[in-house]
Amino acid sequence: MTDAFSAASVADPMIPRVARVVRRKREIADVVTLEIDGGAFDFAPGQFNMLTAFGVGEAAISVSGDPDNSARLVHTIRAVGAVSRALTELHVGEPIGLRGPFGRGWPMVEAEGRDVIVVAGGLGLAPLRPALYRLFAEREKYGRILLLFGARSPADILFRDELEAWRGRLDIEVEATVDHARGDWRGNVGVVTTLLSRAQFSAASALAMLCGPEIMMRFVANALLERGVAQERVYLSMERNMKCAIGWCGHCQFGPVFICRDGPVFPYSQLRGLIAKKEI
Amino acid sequence: MTEVRSIVDAAGLEALLEALCAQGYQLIGPTVRDEAIVYDEIATLDDLPRGVGDEQDGGHYRLTRRNDEALFGYVVGPQSWKKLLHPPVLRLWRARREGDELRVEAEPARAEKFAFIGARSCELHAIAIQDRVFLGGSYADPHYRARREDVFIVAVNCGVAGGACFCVSMDTGPKATMGFDIALTEIVAGSSFLVEIGTEAGRALLDSLPRRAASASETEEAEAILAHTAENMGRSLEAGDVRDLLARNLEHPRWDDVAARCLACTNCTMVCPTCFCTSVEDASDLAGIESERSRRWDSCFTLDFSYIHGGSVRQSVKSRYRQWMTHKLSTWHDQFGSSGCVGCGRCIVWCPVGIDLTEEARAIRESEAQKGAT
Repeated sequence: MTDAFSAASVADPMIPRVARVVRRKREIADVVTLEIDGGAFDFAPGQFNMLTAFGVGEAAISVSGDPDNSARLVHTIRAVGAVSRALTELHVGEPIGLRGPFGRGWPMVEAEGRDVIVVAGGLGLAPLRPALYRLFAEREKYGRILLLFGARSPADILFRDELEAWRGRLDIEVEATVDHARGDWRGNVGVVTTLLSRAQFSAASALAMLCGPEIMMRFVANALLERGVAQERVYLSMERNMKCAIGWCGHCQFGPVFICRDGPVFPYSQLRGLIAKKEI
Repeated sequence: MTEVRSIVDAAGLEALLEALCAQGYQLIGPTVRDEAIVYDEIATLDDLPRGVGDEQDGGHYRLTRRNDEALFGYVVGPQSWKKLLHPPVLRLWRARREGDELRVEAEPARAEKFAFIGARSCELHAIAIQDRVFLGGSYADPHYRARREDVFIVAVNCGVAGGACFCVSMDTGPKATMGFDIALTEIVAGSSFLVEIGTEAGRALLDSLPRRAASASETEEAEAILAHTAENMGRSLEAGDVRDLLARNLEHPRWDDVAARCLACTNCTMVCPTCFCTSVEDASDLAGIESERSRRWDSCFTLDFSYIHGGSVRQSVKSRYRQWMTHKLSTWHDQFGSSGCVGCGRCIVWCPVGIDLTEEARAIRESEAQKGAT
């Protein structure tokens, strides 16, 4: 029985290291971006960390910064519960607990040589931003790049300055839409799938990266499949309750997979049988 | 290493406990408490439940008086060895602010030296399953490892089958075949035990005990006892294809049926020797100077378990029961390469309304067969 004990590292993966908040930016009403200093930090686009607000708790938060700048570790957090609210209320200089990075991220290598369709809903843009930075940094490696973004209302448009700057580039296509707006909005209104129906790409070779509410991802994935994109090349980032991030707590199970360990990014082909079923 | 068969009597068994004590082991074995078999600290053979039997069925557990002096004449009680290797509540770390600084101090892993006396074959399989969960991946749980690695296991082959037992179906018993240092078969109640050796440590220990070689008839007697146990399982489950059966029946009406009975009380997950799920809780003092995080057993039957912003993923009891049973019998194979069920029957016995997963699986199977026939 000694074999079982020789595996893995001795370090306790449940112990957070202490980092500091070095910059805090309010993005939109309930969303804050924290830059934290935890030393050089390498991660792959789409991976996440477990962040602790000491005395309150821990939450799984995707890294939203540039994967090629390991000196700046950035997370974008929406205040939706006790822990995420406490995280968004941390001030510059305050300690924050950090474990990670965890999970499997976006298929950046597989995307090379292909048209890349990035579809984000709301805060789903945050886990996709590291992938976008990488796509733009290595622009020559990819075919067309399309970014389709949907938000509930104009006030909910995340990273608006960056979206507008990207939209000004001639080598990428950026479209945004909102679910509802007042009369002063001159942009698109409607769900994000409506942007997809107008988008130009080579379905045979395209690869898609989707992040947003599960129902949005399901509709977009099905629309992409109808356009002829292979389900193996439609990637979704899934979200479930997580307490450990390493497959021990059991909370993030989605049928046979642990979202934390086997994902959070999965090809649609792997999820398709379960994602349409209720309460999995 | 099953070539050596010896017989020890009660004095030999007492010497075994003394020898383990002398080696610094903390002895844990079956005792009677609150009218149930409970694994707890023991010191001598007198602490074992002599002449005690049990009666088990769906939602039913009673200790009985046997008409002999057997020391192991019952099957598994509500608790398993899980409570010692994977404690119900465990502090993970403490943090303290000192001025501008915050220091996190990991809870030291307690290197326990347990000797488990009387572990049953199904329970050895359950321990092996939890080994794969906590030690078999890319991370190892230092707390589990510290408790687990020095355990000395004296297994007991089951001389009786419980009313909810189905280890034969799960291929996990009743004879211990792995994961023990020494295994005993009680061939004469309370006085004669056939001993098998599982490890070198077991051999060394046995060599220090008063014993004699087993006769051919004693070895046959032990085999006959185990054959009798195997033939009298209280339950059965067609384990061969239950993995696929459940995977293709996630929307079967039987889930509604069981949900109407299930109280979502979490008992089945607490008594299950393989259920490993946990939650974490943070606490702090009022001044926010000190804080700590604890891990505690959790259950997929609670609403909180699947909570993400906006609500719980598994709102209905139906989805929670389905998660538990399909995980145990189906997706566990995908995750850890084996079933998550060892056939101990605890979830059946300790369900307040007597829900029986073997019956639920059978109902789904039979409805499929009927559909196939029409």
